[in-house]
Amino acid sequence: MTLRLYLLQRVTAALMVPLIAAHLAVIIYASHSGLSAAEILGRTRGSVGWAAFYGLFVLLVSVHGAIGVRSVAADWTPLRGRALGALMWVFGLLLFLLGARAVHAVIG
Amino acid sequence: MDDVITVSIWRGRSEGRYVTYEVPRLDSQTVLDVVTYVQRQVDPTLSYRFACRVGVCGSCAMTVNGRPRWTCRTHVSKVAADNRLEIGPLANLPVVKDLATDMTEFFEKWQRAKGVFSPTATRNDTVAQIRPDAAARVAVDKAIECINCGVCYAACDSVRWNPDYLGPAALNRAWTLVNDERDANNGERLAAVAANGGCHSCHTHQSCEQHCPQAINPTASIAGLKRRTIGAFLRGEMK
Repeated sequence: MTLRLYLLQRVTAALMVPLIAAHLAVIIYASHSGLSAAEILGRTRGSVGWAAFYGLFVLLVSVHGAIGVRSVAADWTPLRGRALGALMWVFGLLLFLLGARAVHAVIG
Repeated sequence: MDDVITVSIWRGRSEGRYVTYEVPRLDSQTVLDVVTYVQRQVDPTLSYRFACRVGVCGSCAMTVNGRPRWTCRTHVSKVAADNRLEIGPLANLPVVKDLATDMTEFFEKWQRAKGVFSPTATRNDTVAQIRPDAAARVAVDKAIECINCGVCYAACDSVRWNPDYLGPAALNRAWTLVNDERDANNGERLAAVAANGGCHSCHTHQSCEQHCPQAINPTASIAGLKRRTIGAFLRGEMK
């Protein structure tokens, strides 16, 4: 792993810590307060705040996860150089698309 | 104490097999003593490497009962609980023959990590005054007693998985020079250890620290390099 990727992975990890805490709090609140799916969607749809929150979360996860998968592949597979970079980008874009789709479903 | 010890020694190159020998058991016997007995009394074709026999030269490291060790300072009584020894060449290095490994790659990585001192002064300058309690000097002290034995390199999972990885010894050496205020080449050195296969490839497993016969903690040195390279990058001193 190179310095830039190392640093980017640590920065995204640090930024995700408060987001994960907030995400868990939201899950616990939503499940314990008896909110129905329709009620949850009623609060999230059209919300710029929730869109920004989960949009940022998805972006950070995509970057962090893709770099991590690149590291695992570098250690455990024969992939090297450009192939590792390609794997990282493909995996990151896939994560981002899946996450963006989920965010769109809840916010859009 | 039994009269004899049963020892299996690797014979061959990467392809080979363990051959079993019986060696007289002695007081204060080291693993190197056992290997030397086999070579001198049983089979003179056995190849192995040693020089000082007192833990200074770093040339006699081998795999003893599955762990990399310096054999001249490893007493048989400490590692052969059931009176059996299995002695092989160091892992993560090509085998030349029997117990001798090819250390070329190991030392080339020292070069890649810029492990060579680059002086700032000439012989005409006064000798640098470095306080023993200076933070940088204390950091050097913790890492400087490396004897280049290759035990950490053989113990490292990251070396095994990633052939490009510089390894604990080379990076530990680089860390001592990064903290040497007389050195002039830290720009290139930090760039070298931050490149692909450099300090950021360390997974902090700490096998190097666990096995180092000199009780050095290369993982801590590598962590220092990670901090130092990130600092240089954030200050714009590195691309």
